[in-house]
Amino acid sequence: MPFFRLGPGAGQDVGRSCILVSIAGKNVMLDCGMHMGYNDDRRFPDFSYITQNGRLTDFLDCVIISHFHLDHCGALPYFSEMVGYDGPIYMTHPTKAICPILLEDYRKITVDKKGETNFFTSQMIKDCMKKVVAVHLHQTVQVDEELEIKAYYAGHVLGAAMFQIKVGCESVVYTGDYNMTPDRHLGAAWIDKCRPDLLITESTYATTIRDSKRCRERDFLKKVHETVERGGKVLIPVFALGRAQELCILLETFWERMNLKAPIYFSTGLTEKANHYYKLFITWTNQKIRKTFVQRNMFEFKHIKAFDRAFADNPGPMVVFATPGMLHAGQSLQIFRKWAGNEKNMVIMPGYCVQGTVGHKILSGQRKLEMEGRQILEVKMQVEYMSFSAHADAKGIMQLIRQAEPRNVLLVHGEAKKMEFLKQKIEQEFHVNCYMPANGETTTIFTNPSIPVDISLGLLKRETAIGLLPDVKKPKLMHGTLIMKDNSFRLVSPEQALKELGLAEHQLRFTCRVHIQDPRKEHETVLRVYNHLKGVLKDYSVQHLPDGSITVESILIQATAHSEDQGTKVLLVSWTYQDEELGSYLTSLLKKGLPQSTS
Amino acid sequence: CFQYCLSGHPTLPCNVLKFKSTTIMLDCGLDMTSTLNFLPLPLVQSPRLSKLPGWILKDGSTFLDKELKECSGHVFVDSVPEFCLPETELLDLSTVDVILISNYHCMMALPYITEYTGFTGTVYATEPTVQIGRLLMEELVNSIERVPKAQSASMWKNKDVQRLLPAPLKDAVEVSMWRKCYTMPEVNAALSKIQLVGYSQKIELFGAVQVTPLSSGYALGSSNWIIQSHYEKVSYVSGSSLLTTHPQPMDQASLKNSDVLILTGLTQIPTANPDGMVGEFCSNLAMTVRNGGNVLVPCYPSGVIYDLLECLYQYIDSAGLSNVPFYFISPVANSSLEFSQIFAEWLCHNKQTKVYLPEPPFPHAELIQTNKLKHYPSIHGDFSNDFKQPCVVFTGHPSLRFGDVVHFMELWGKSSLNTVIFTEPDFSYLDALAPYQPLAMKCVYCPIDTRLNFIQVSKLLKEVQPLHVVCPEQYTQPPPTQSHRTDLMIDCQPPPMSYRRAEVLTLPYKRRYEKIEIMPELADSLVPLEIKPGISLATVSAVLHTKDNKHVLQLPPKPPQPPASKKRKRVSDDVPECKPLKPLLSGSIPVDQFVQTLEKHGFSDIKVEDTAKGHIVLLQEAETLIQIEEDSTHIICDNDEPLRVKLRDLVLKFLQKF
Repeated sequence: MPFFRLGPGAGQDVGRSCILVSIAGKNVMLDCGMHMGYNDDRRFPDFSYITQNGRLTDFLDCVIISHFHLDHCGALPYFSEMVGYDGPIYMTHPTKAICPILLEDYRKITVDKKGETNFFTSQMIKDCMKKVVAVHLHQTVQVDEELEIKAYYAGHVLGAAMFQIKVGCESVVYTGDYNMTPDRHLGAAWIDKCRPDLLITESTYATTIRDSKRCRERDFLKKVHETVERGGKVLIPVFALGRAQELCILLETFWERMNLKAPIYFSTGLTEKANHYYKLFITWTNQKIRKTFVQRNMFEFKHIKAFDRAFADNPGPMVVFATPGMLHAGQSLQIFRKWAGNEKNMVIMPGYCVQGTVGHKILSGQRKLEMEGRQILEVKMQVEYMSFSAHADAKGIMQLIRQAEPRNVLLVHGEAKKMEFLKQKIEQEFHVNCYMPANGETTTIFTNPSIPVDISLGLLKRETAIGLLPDVKKPKLMHGTLIMKDNSFRLVSPEQALKELGLAEHQLRFTCRVHIQDPRKEHETVLRVYNHLKGVLKDYSVQHLPDGSITVESILIQATAHSEDQGTKVLLVSWTYQDEELGSYLTSLLKKGLPQSTS
Repeated sequence: CFQYCLSGHPTLPCNVLKFKSTTIMLDCGLDMTSTLNFLPLPLVQSPRLSKLPGWILKDGSTFLDKELKECSGHVFVDSVPEFCLPETELLDLSTVDVILISNYHCMMALPYITEYTGFTGTVYATEPTVQIGRLLMEELVNSIERVPKAQSASMWKNKDVQRLLPAPLKDAVEVSMWRKCYTMPEVNAALSKIQLVGYSQKIELFGAVQVTPLSSGYALGSSNWIIQSHYEKVSYVSGSSLLTTHPQPMDQASLKNSDVLILTGLTQIPTANPDGMVGEFCSNLAMTVRNGGNVLVPCYPSGVIYDLLECLYQYIDSAGLSNVPFYFISPVANSSLEFSQIFAEWLCHNKQTKVYLPEPPFPHAELIQTNKLKHYPSIHGDFSNDFKQPCVVFTGHPSLRFGDVVHFMELWGKSSLNTVIFTEPDFSYLDALAPYQPLAMKCVYCPIDTRLNFIQVSKLLKEVQPLHVVCPEQYTQPPPTQSHRTDLMIDCQPPPMSYRRAEVLTLPYKRRYEKIEIMPELADSLVPLEIKPGISLATVSAVLHTKDNKHVLQLPPKPPQPPASKKRKRVSDDVPECKPLKPLLSGSIPVDQFVQTLEKHGFSDIKVEDTAKGHIVLLQEAETLIQIEEDSTHIICDNDEPLRVKLRDLVLKFLQKF
């Protein structure tokens, strides 16, 4: 049974996620991301790929958003309000809370600052969010009678979730972005042994086995410290929510311990708000923060102050967290332009940058950047890349596969070469099929599900009673009738099936005459037959009844004298169709005659 | 399926369900009304309490005067207060596989069960239930442990002594089973056995049973539970509310199609309207404060207090109370106020929306910020410096037997300017006040119990239509003090089955089906036949495997090829091995067509005779006759196996197999 289809926008590209899954007749769209590297139509997925004719609402059973990063939810208002989708959209509570803020923030940068048209409006974001249904972790959400979804904790960012999508016995798990090691503010992703038919996992860091978090943190602090010591300014482009909070906690504790005085700023008005979300959704953070939050809320910072645009020109050292994280627009880019010319300064990129962004350019070594108006910006400041983005590395991905035990694995959200390496590793270690479709490519996976049916308790008890002493060599056969009516399947005893359908049993009986040469009296012949059968059929119940007949199980044997020949006796062997094998065997046995020895 | 009833208290239930092969404990409530028989534990030495006279028997014997004290005509035990545990002898509690907790009030006996009975299973509860339950236990342990009492009275419990005592001590049940409070290490050990669950999460138990918590609308994280297999469904409804207060609304739809619905935790004050009570609470509070008096509100550190603070938040400015300090005193006051703000997902829609803004869901955050509400771990320390009168104090315990409330009763009891307002419904306020008599302070009784009342129950039962209702016996008759109010009992058809403490019920239902899985290979081999329009049948012969309570049907293994040996086999080698299993047959044989078929297959000398019930077909040459009747066919022939088999197959052509 084919059930899986992938498209239109994830595959081998970290730019954005948008995956269409068809499972047992249900269509589910996983994430609805935008591509940050494009400023034209290409930034949104091509939804005509999903269905050429007919409305998306009719075609899709639901949409699931894994977390609030724009490469996973940025196209949602475009999709629901401009293309048109009115069905349910599922996400966790923190995602539902934060997602509209980031969408609005991005809309402002795009429309208000860059002056682009043909973009979604504030009202559209609001209308879109009205279609969102918030889900709890581990809650089984019944989308309709057959389709159910369940969210698991994914780490990565506040509220990030992995989703299990299940129809009958068939299921898919979609990881979104996840993190298998707890960090300073979030816990590690976790899933139970749910054995999905297919696991769709991100593979951003498919080949990386990252060094320990502690080393990276030490490195980061050392670089920041050194720069500040020599009077330089440190720019850390981040997204308002996520890594930013982790790094803030890190710097806050370091400043406290080292008693440093250089100011730390956090740009944009989002900060306060962002930290507030972390306080209110503290149950989504890691164990340590949750345990101590009453005494000390980790998201109330002493050393980190709000940033004002004018501060950028202040003399002396400072550390500034500024959005957005890929230096593609907004305040981080403005500050970058101001500070890029001084070699004392440093920019630390703590996360992945997609192609086309300034972040990506400087990370790939470019030092002369063409800015708007043909102006050339020379980058003299130090450029550092420190992967703090909380994606699972190869080890983490393997660990998740071990936890969930999928039958097939599909890699998305990664780069082709790295994915190829991981694919081989997965196939070797787990002996499961691993797929890595390109963007827009469709993958079909066949499953062979077993079929659940209702078995009548009477029949089951009868069978399990017989099977109390299981004989490994000779498994007991169970016999029943499967009644298929509408969509229900019931397995009952044949007798019950007949009864339910109002049918009478038709008894088919056979009686065979077997001639035996035996001059003795009838009852003596019967006795000889009885002894013979008793000797041969040790495992069967052979009985000699008072009326002179013999039974072997349900088979009846009677003897009469031959009407013409006194030396011949006629044995009437009678059995029903259900006992045919034994009946037929008995006649052939008796036909061979009685052994001489018995007297 | 059996239900063992371990608690007689309808709102603090403890039942054990034997369901399929699992043993499930539903709640573990601790009956604390027993503490009303004890003297209060004062934080600071109380001259009044220490001067109470010892109780003397009618015959003048004084041997109990150390253990029992008399106060305004009531007799109290002068000892560390003790609690009435659930029944522990009715069944071996070490066999309990899981404990399901419905809300934080119904888990207070947990340490007694998990730490003293050999329990090795898992406890399931929601995160708010565990966190707030921990706070309630912490407060309880703290308020008892910080007032060490040298005396532990036990003489009065002697059966021969107890019957000489005045009521209610004389009638107290199971006093030998009463226990002192547990300790924090025991609380921590008990709570470490809890696994957190979310609403509508399906939890598999041993492959046989699935349990699911549903929102019950009564408190933060409070749940009802569905216990079901594929074919049986038991709903456990405990402490539910249909009023809109702070928790997520009750999930009623999921309770539908229950075979049995166990109903506990209804309102304890069925005649009081919670909204009206809140109004009375506010006006009494305002009046007292305006007259220069203090208000004491004995309460639990979580629950209704959030709603009261929210009402006051809206009320104080209009009532001119903005300058009156509100104090919340409890070792867990701060934690309770903080925790209430982080469970957005468990709150009603309005509060959830606030979190999205992001704003704290409860307005007490603002009361704290503006210094209108102050919280302290106890009356010692900072509180004594900040304390200003007149004021409003929220503090525990509602039984008035321990906690900081004892201090305020002693402090304010003598002045008629002051008022104590009872809002918690768990204790009779007159009994609670008894050891403080005579009192000058005003007492106002505004019990706020948001749990279901009987009108709501009857609506709920009509809505979800369970086949059977099981409930504590108290719900099947009007309250003893209002025997004419036949509306204050459960009314449903069939009438509810009732239980009392230490009873075992057999739950009434019969299941007829079980789930089994047909493996794909077997499914492929089946040949369905349409018998009637829309109904198809297939006969199944398969091997049954059962593991972890799950059943699977597989294709039977192919019989091994007989070894090609030329050795003469002994006769017995040919005996058929496994019992042949042939399908049942149905249908009838039309004689004319049957004869035509016989002719087609080369039989020429066919004679048909009519009989009373059918026909006899004679094949003269073969000396064979076939009796055909409506529901039977009998082939009688000489021992000619090929002929028999041929005739059999011709007959089977007209019949259907089952």
